[in-house]
Amino acid sequence: MSQQSTVHMPCSLCKNLNSIPDLTDNPIKNQIINAFFDKRNQRNGEVGTYREIGFEEFLMVMSHFRPTSRKTSEEEKKAIRKEKLRFLFNMHDSDSDGTITLEEYRKVVEELLSKSGNIDLEVAKAIADAAMLEVASTNMPDMAPDYFYEGITFEHFEQILSGLEMESRMHIRFLDVDTNTMRCDRK
Amino acid sequence: RDSLFPSSAAHSPPAGYPSILLLNSSPPTNTSRLVLCPPRRKCSIPGPSDHETNHTALTNGTAHQKKAFPVLDLNYEHVHAPFEISLWVLLASLMKLGFHLIPRLNNIVPEKKVPPVMNADVFFLCLLPPIILDAGYFLPIRPFIENIGTILMFAVIGTLWNTFFIGGLLFAVCQINPGYTMDLGLLPCLLFATIISAVDPVAVLAVFEEIHINELLHILVFGESLLNDAVTVVLYHLFEEYAGAGTVTVLDGFLGIICFLVVALGGVLVGAIYGILAAFTSRFTSHMRVIEPLFVFVYSYMAYLSAEMFHLSGIMALIACGAVMKPYVEANISHKSHTTVKYFLKMWSSVSETLIFIFLGVATVDGTHHSWNWIFVTATVILCLIARVIGVIGLTYLMNKVRIVKLTTKDQFIIAYGGLRGAIAFSLGFLLNEEHFPQKKMFLTAIITVVFFTVFVQGMTIKPLVELLAVKKKQEAKRTINEEIHTQFLDHLLTGIEDICGHYGHHHWKDKLNRFNKKYLKRYLIAGTRCEEPQLLSFFHKMEMKHAIEQVEKGGGSNVPSALPSTVSMQNIQPKKPTVEPERMLPKLPKGKEDEIRNILRTNLQKTRLRLHSYNRHTLVADPFEEGISDIILRKRVIQKQKSLNTHINNYLTVPAAPPDTPVMSRARLASDPQARGAKYNADNVPTFQVDLASPQSPDSVTLLNELKKVEDQGLMMKAPSSKSMEGERDQQKLTRCLSDPGPSADEDEDEPFLK
Repeated sequence: MSQQSTVHMPCSLCKNLNSIPDLTDNPIKNQIINAFFDKRNQRNGEVGTYREIGFEEFLMVMSHFRPTSRKTSEEEKKAIRKEKLRFLFNMHDSDSDGTITLEEYRKVVEELLSKSGNIDLEVAKAIADAAMLEVASTNMPDMAPDYFYEGITFEHFEQILSGLEMESRMHIRFLDVDTNTMRCDRK
Repeated sequence: RDSLFPSSAAHSPPAGYPSILLLNSSPPTNTSRLVLCPPRRKCSIPGPSDHETNHTALTNGTAHQKKAFPVLDLNYEHVHAPFEISLWVLLASLMKLGFHLIPRLNNIVPEKKVPPVMNADVFFLCLLPPIILDAGYFLPIRPFIENIGTILMFAVIGTLWNTFFIGGLLFAVCQINPGYTMDLGLLPCLLFATIISAVDPVAVLAVFEEIHINELLHILVFGESLLNDAVTVVLYHLFEEYAGAGTVTVLDGFLGIICFLVVALGGVLVGAIYGILAAFTSRFTSHMRVIEPLFVFVYSYMAYLSAEMFHLSGIMALIACGAVMKPYVEANISHKSHTTVKYFLKMWSSVSETLIFIFLGVATVDGTHHSWNWIFVTATVILCLIARVIGVIGLTYLMNKVRIVKLTTKDQFIIAYGGLRGAIAFSLGFLLNEEHFPQKKMFLTAIITVVFFTVFVQGMTIKPLVELLAVKKKQEAKRTINEEIHTQFLDHLLTGIEDICGHYGHHHWKDKLNRFNKKYLKRYLIAGTRCEEPQLLSFFHKMEMKHAIEQVEKGGGSNVPSALPSTVSMQNIQPKKPTVEPERMLPKLPKGKEDEIRNILRTNLQKTRLRLHSYNRHTLVADPFEEGISDIILRKRVIQKQKSLNTHINNYLTVPAAPPDTPVMSRARLASDPQARGAKYNADNVPTFQVDLASPQSPDSVTLLNELKKVEDQGLMMKAPSSKSMEGERDQQKLTRCLSDPGPSADEDEDEPFLK
């Protein structure tokens, strides 16, 4: 977090994030913006969304993208990985009920494919279904045929993404932060 | 120039040759032909120089058969070169086979161990390109690009360091130990050091493929071996040019740096141009699928040769060509062509590799090239090792300051230990001009020793060391769709965060490159509508294809891809809706009937497919295995269409008819039995649905036909038996076949682009 010292942001950030030009082509723009305003990412146990966030909240969210260094121990690495996975989980779980249901997952896939031309919704549905099926099969292989798998819990989510090495993939280098795109709306 | 097999060049074909091999096809003016050549006798070929001897030999021995017509004759010269090459390739492959049949031997001894002498041209023009192309085409782009900084550092700075360290110290050693054989100037030493210091891609590939090390280390060492070619080329030419002159000035050094940039970037550019050309060509090959692999190979080889022509780095050109063309070509070529390309590349590179090591072995045994000098050779070997270790440690220290994923000591050890030298070094040494470098033989001996040391000692011991040090191995697990979804998601997420921060990091540039790719390149280089397909979809289709293949192998099954054996099915995931049962949207169909529908569909589909064999040279024979795949996918679509149609066709009732015949039978009946037509047409005005599955032009089309028109058709014409209806329960839909003759261009379905 000390790397952000070059950013001068004494005021609160509104939904000006929407107006950043580079973000318009991003298919998951809305989810990213919502993530900043999501109280669950502030690690204080609250649920809900903010209307405005200040610099500390912004930093809290950014801190999820810390890289690891050589000196971090195994437990710390595990904790960092868990934290990053939790961030992702919160992005998918839009109704904050602690599980990712099939509908929410379908929405994720649709959003991902939304900027790639006209995509058949059926295909997006099929992809989401297959993915959900995979999660279910990996985590609970002996489910009875009429048992209804409600949604992906956080443990299953961790399990399914254990191969991706989140702690090294999900990071940003905070070296040159350009302050021009961050605007204050203090009137 | 040494010939291909100098040891045998002086002799005629070995005495053990079977004497009756070929019919003679030399010009008929030559009358001095031997009818049968007994084994022990020197089988000389009728040529202008041998004319007299043959004539005398003939007149001596065959006075009674002056003008006998030569029933069988031997003309070895005619096929001499290709024959010997093929023989060696065959021997090499047989030996490779033999090694695998003796498994225990394989564990102790890596399979690179047999003998022939080499021509440097043959090596560089014929043996090396297949290996490099194979490596380049299947290069894992993502880890390569992610680690490109480290790789370049090792390749350029590492090789330079090696060269100057070894060269300088060898020169010092030579000064300390003067002797007539060791009278080496600084420049020859540096030249020798250049040759010996480059890590060799052939050797690295050969050894690393067997140890299944994790992807990062593999790509680091391998990438280094590929990219250091540019450095080697420049330094080699630089020192070779000026070794005669005796001095290298600063200007020359400066020119050398510029030359390096030209060589490296030029090579990449040439390769990229040919790659784009190949991609563009492949866009138009949808009607001539058979020659698609040829384009891949020929364009790549041309790229290599063009680069070599201008003294640019041929290896980098080949890698660039393969890497650039791969995403576009794969989207355009058919599944079969893709398999062909893959297997041909693997086959050629395997044979090449074996031949290379055979040649190396023979060169070792062949004493004429050697001049052993204890001090020089041992100094070389030791200095190589030390230089490598110091270089790796130093560079890793520097790179770890900038890298996210740091390289541990274990990693460094493997990288240093994996710096193998190989046949490229030997060939470069072989190319040296003996007049300029009187110590060429000493060089060659030293090179061979280093190569053998690294390949044998290091190559054999690296596997147990990897086990001992518990280095992370390659993950064999398949990529799951969740991982794919989240990789994409992460990419977008990180790009978004970078945009919010205003930080133009490498995600940002990667995203820009992807967008450029999609907007401009894909549109021109990929045929049809595939250019708009996002990566997630291609991955999904590939996965579906794989599952379909598995289903065909298992022999039919459920219609949901399920990678793991588990009892979980779609029912478990679908939320329970009281009104509509989730996947089964044919509520009136009992389960048994549905299976029956499926079975009939499947058998009919397969039989129709088998009919489409065409012996036209321009289309491929239908492959029953591949058909199964398209069948399964078609079947899925048909079932989906069934479901959607089901809601529309509730009202059509027909008289229950006999169970539908297979197409073969119905055709037979139509052709011969006039009654077949009349018997079923009870309800004349019933519009029928015709699912036109046999015609490849529209596999899923469903058209409404008025069958009144059909009554007038003549018997021998293929007529749609449109009124065949199924049993009563299946009154929701009538499935019929159109048995039109597809014609020679029928196999469109099978030749769908690979990723479909």
